[in-house]
Amino acid sequence: MNHWPFILGAYAVALLGTVAMTWWSLAAMKRAEAAAEKPGHDA
Amino acid sequence: MHKFANPARFLKIARPLTGWLGWGGGLLILVSLGVGLFASPPDYLQGDSVRIMYVHVPAAWLGMAGWTGIAVASLMQLVWRHPLAAVAGRATAVPGAVFTFICLATGSLWGRPTWGTYWQWDGRMTSMLVLLFLYIAYIALDDADRERGGEGRVTAIFGLVGAINLPIIHYSVLWWNTLHQGQSLSIVQGKSSIHASMLWPLLGAAIGFTLLFGAIVLMRMRAALARQKVEARMRRLAA
Repeated sequence: MNHWPFILGAYAVALLGTVAMTWWSLAAMKRAEAAAEKPGHDA
Repeated sequence: MHKFANPARFLKIARPLTGWLGWGGGLLILVSLGVGLFASPPDYLQGDSVRIMYVHVPAAWLGMAGWTGIAVASLMQLVWRHPLAAVAGRATAVPGAVFTFICLATGSLWGRPTWGTYWQWDGRMTSMLVLLFLYIAYIALDDADRERGGEGRVTAIFGLVGAINLPIIHYSVLWWNTLHQGQSLSIVQGKSSIHASMLWPLLGAAIGFTLLFGAIVLMRMRAALARQKVEARMRRLAA
């Protein structure tokens, strides 16, 4: 059995999951901090 | 720990630390996985499929470490009423759930070429699946509690009770006859049955993913604190 499709599949799941979560968390942090620092945001 | 109870003091440390952990972790992951994929040798029994270990083991470690973090934060919230504890618990839940899912998915992809099956209802795999369900329940409970304006005490109790699954996962390979291999690396005892050519990229990947996990938790805590700041301002204006 060729193992490489399983290896590449596992790395793809791990890296895509990690990158997506990092990107999502970073974007949410930047958005929330920009809203908190914005003068008159809630005025 | 109580000296970090002040969100302003926490943010002063968290802001530079987020970048250092994120970039350091990302770089270490790339180097370690590169070595694991292209430079480390194949296993004498499992062949090339052993390379899945370099993503599977760090994901398993972080799935369990994430819930340990939730349990510690829950204890601090319930006993010492640490103001950042609830924020830390919430911030850890989603990354913990994602790494538990990655552990299950990569384990399944490793199982097919080595065991001949994607899934087996054995102790280790089933207890990891239970951990994923616990994370999902924790996130749903936390969302529901916040919508009702709760202080997160029910969620914290659930976080503590759910920790009972951690020793079950750890000892599952000893208590039951399972397809999953036994422990081959113990940080506490300083023992390893893994050859150095595989151990170093594995440790590098585990440290790299852990640093990145720390950065993600800090990002989520910073986002939660910023949202609290906006909500507090809105309440002051509405009053």
